[in-house]
Amino acid sequence: MKRIGVFVCSCGSNIEGAVDVCKVVEAMSKEPYVVYAANCKYMCSSSGQELIGKAAAEYELTGIAVCSCSPRMHEATFRKAAASAGLNPYKVEIANIREQCSWVHKDTAEATGKAITLAKAAVSKLCRDEELYPQSFPVTKRALVIGGGIAGIQTAEDISNAGYKVDIVEKKPSIGGKMAMLDKTFPTLDCSACILTPKTVDISHNENVRIFSYSEVESVSGYVGNFTVKIRRKARYVKEDLCTGCGLCAEKCPTKNVPNEFDLGLGSRSAIYIPFAQAVPKVAVIDPDSCRMLKDGKCGLCSRVCGAKAIDYSQKDEITEEKYGAIAVATGIDPIDVTPFDEYSYKNSKDVITALELERILNAAGPTNGRLVRLSDGIRPKTVVFISCVGSRCTEEDERGKTYCSKICCMYTAKQAILIKEKYPDTDIYVFYIDVRAPGKNFDEFYRRAAEKYGVKYIKGMVGKVCDENGVLTVKAADLINNEQMMIGADLVVLAAAVEPDKTAKALASKLNASIDGNGFFNEAHPKLRPVESPTAGVYLSGACSGPKDIPETVAQASAAAAKIIGLLSKNTLESDPCTAHADELKCSGCSLCANVCPYNAITYIEKEFRMPDKTVKIRRVASVNAAVCRGCGACTVACNNGAMDLHGFSREQILAEVDSICS
Amino acid sequence: MKNIVSREEIIEMSGTDPAKCMKCGKCSASCPAYDEMEYPPHRFVYMIDQGNIGPLLECVGIYRCLSCYACVDRCPRGVEPAKLIEAVRVIAERKKEGNRIKAGELFEKADADMPSQAFSAAFRKYTK
Repeated sequence: MKRIGVFVCSCGSNIEGAVDVCKVVEAMSKEPYVVYAANCKYMCSSSGQELIGKAAAEYELTGIAVCSCSPRMHEATFRKAAASAGLNPYKVEIANIREQCSWVHKDTAEATGKAITLAKAAVSKLCRDEELYPQSFPVTKRALVIGGGIAGIQTAEDISNAGYKVDIVEKKPSIGGKMAMLDKTFPTLDCSACILTPKTVDISHNENVRIFSYSEVESVSGYVGNFTVKIRRKARYVKEDLCTGCGLCAEKCPTKNVPNEFDLGLGSRSAIYIPFAQAVPKVAVIDPDSCRMLKDGKCGLCSRVCGAKAIDYSQKDEITEEKYGAIAVATGIDPIDVTPFDEYSYKNSKDVITALELERILNAAGPTNGRLVRLSDGIRPKTVVFISCVGSRCTEEDERGKTYCSKICCMYTAKQAILIKEKYPDTDIYVFYIDVRAPGKNFDEFYRRAAEKYGVKYIKGMVGKVCDENGVLTVKAADLINNEQMMIGADLVVLAAAVEPDKTAKALASKLNASIDGNGFFNEAHPKLRPVESPTAGVYLSGACSGPKDIPETVAQASAAAAKIIGLLSKNTLESDPCTAHADELKCSGCSLCANVCPYNAITYIEKEFRMPDKTVKIRRVASVNAAVCRGCGACTVACNNGAMDLHGFSREQILAEVDSICS
Repeated sequence: MKNIVSREEIIEMSGTDPAKCMKCGKCSASCPAYDEMEYPPHRFVYMIDQGNIGPLLECVGIYRCLSCYACVDRCPRGVEPAKLIEAVRVIAERKKEGNRIKAGELFEKADADMPSQAFSAAFRKYTK
C-alpha cells in the first residue's frame, strides 16, 4: 500500500511570497495515497529534515514528495533525510515550486494553482517510483596528467605528495611547457627557470611519478575510476634509459641549421638535440625530418660518438596501455598566429616580433644570450613599441582574432618593458593600450611602476599600421587622450598576441568525451562552483586549458584539480547513480541507434540466446548498458524506435503519469 | 527634410552598430585624412552612439573621408566607421535638396552599361 507524505516549503518568503502554501497543503492532503501533508518554513533546515523523519515513522510513509526549490539545490539533502528515516532514497520526488513557480509568477492564485499542479505531478511520479540501489565499483589508484607544463607539474606533484601514483604525458621531448621559455615572471620578476627547474627536477626524482615525455594520448576508454588509456610513445631514436644527456651527439651532429622550436625558430639546433639545458628528462632526441642517417642512411656520427650506446636508429613509436582512476587535462595555451595581421608587418619585417619571441631574446639562455638586439641587423633597438590586444577582444566575425581578453598580455607587456628599461635605461618605450587590465595581487602596482618609475610611455590608443621601409619601422598610431595621430620611428615592435588553446586540445576533448567551448577551451562542470572539474566524471581541468591564465592562477587551479583527484583516489569504491538506462532485450532489435546517440559510449551489443515459443533457441544481438558509464541523459530512450530503452527513475511510465496529472 | 537625424536612422542606413565600439582608436590610428577632420573616426563613432549627430552633419570631415576603408578593414570590433561617415554624408547631401537627378529620370538614364548595383542604389536613394 502506498503511503505518501507531502512536504511544502515556504522558503522564507521565496515561495510564500507568491504561493499560498496552506492551500497547497490542503489540496495535497486530499490526493489519493497522500496520508500526510505539512508546511515548513525551511524544509532544508535541520528541523525540516527532522519533520520528514518523524512523519515517516509516525505515518509509515513509503514515499516523500517535497515541494521546494530546484532538485539541483536540495534533492541530495532530502534523499539523505529519507534514507536516515529508513526509506529508499530514490523514493523521493521534488516539485520545483520556487524557480519554476513562485519566482516567475506574481499572481498568488495563479502561482498557487501551478504549485498544486506541480505537486500532484510529483506525487503521480512518486507512486511509480521503484526502489533503486547504486552499484559500486573499484577505483584504480593512479592518475594521469596530460600536459607537462607548470599546471601539469603542479597537479602531479600534489597528487604524488598525497601518496598516489601519477603519470605525466607530455607531447614535447621535455616537460616545462611555456614557463620554461620565459625569462622573468610578473609581478615579482623571479627568474622563470630558477623557480621552475627545482620543480621539474623534483618531479623527475619522485618515485610516485612517471614522465612519458615525447608521448601523446592515443585513445581513452572506460569511465571514472576505471579509465584505460593508450599512450603513443614517439620514437626518439635514443634509448631513454641509456642516454646520459652529455650532449656530445648534438655537438658532433653535422646538421646544425634546423630551426630551434624552443627558441621559436629564432635560433638553430642540430638534428639530434637536447631541447634546452634544463630539459627533463635530459635525453637527446633525433628529429627524423632533418637527420641524415634516418633520411638517407648516410652518417651515423652520433651513434659512433655516443659512449652510452644510446642511439637506436631503428626505434619505432610504441603504444603502452595504462589504467587510471582520474585524468587531469593540463594542455595549456599558445599564442595565436599573428601573420594575418598584415597592418603590423609581422610577416615582412624581422623587427616586428611577438612577445614570446621577445621573451626568448631577453632570456640569457636564448638565441642572443639575453642581449636585446634587432634580428635584422643585430643592433640594439633604441625605440621599442609594444602593441597590446593583438587578436584579443575582436568581434565574433573577425577570423583573425579571438573574442575574449587574453588576460596575461597587459602584465607581461609591463614586465618586458621593465626588463628592457632595467638593462638599457636609455631605451624609449611606448606601450599602446586600449585598457590596462591588471587585477591581481600587486599587479596594478607593478604596471604603475613601469609607467612611473621606469618612464615607460603608456599611450591610450591603438596602432593602425607598422610600415617597414628599408629596415626603418614607422608606427602610425592614435593618441586618443591628446586627440592626435602619431608617427613614431621604431627600432623594434612587439606584438602582444592573443592566446588560444593548444592545438591538440580539440582532439583530446573528443577522446575524453569532455566538452569544449566555441573557442576550444575545456568547459567546466560549473563555471563558478566546479571550476576544475569537467562535466565528464573523472576528468579534471588544470590550468589554462579552461581559459587564459597567468602562472599564479594556473598553479592555484592545478592544485585545486589535484585536491579533487586526491578526493576521488582516496575512495576504495565509487557508487554510481542508479538512474541509468536499461534495455528491454525482448523489444531490442539490435539496430545500434541508441549506441550511435550515446555521448558516453555506454552502450555495447551482446549476442544473447533467446528461447523461442517453439522451443528453438535463437541468438540475437541486443543492447547492453554499462551502468557505470551511463550518465542517465536519456538520449537513447528517445532514439529507440522500439521503446526498448528506458531510464531507471525516469521511466516512460513515470513521465507520462506526470504529464497525465498536469493535463487532467 | 526631417529636422532631427536619430542614431537609429544612421544605424539603419549604414548597417553598422556604433555600440560595438570598444574605443581602442585603431580607426583613427589608421585614417589617412585624420588631420583634416574635426571629428576623427573614433570620435565620429562615439558621437553617433551618443546621438550627437547635429555637429557631424555640419562638419567638413564628412567630405574629407577618402572612403579608403582602412578603418573598416582594421576595426577589431567590426564597427565600420567609414560606413557611418558615409551615412551622415548622404543625409547631409539630401538636406541640401540639390539633387540633379529626379527619381522619375532614373529609368531613361538606365542603359546596358550601367552596373545594376548603381541602379538599385540610386533607386533606394530616391525612393526614400
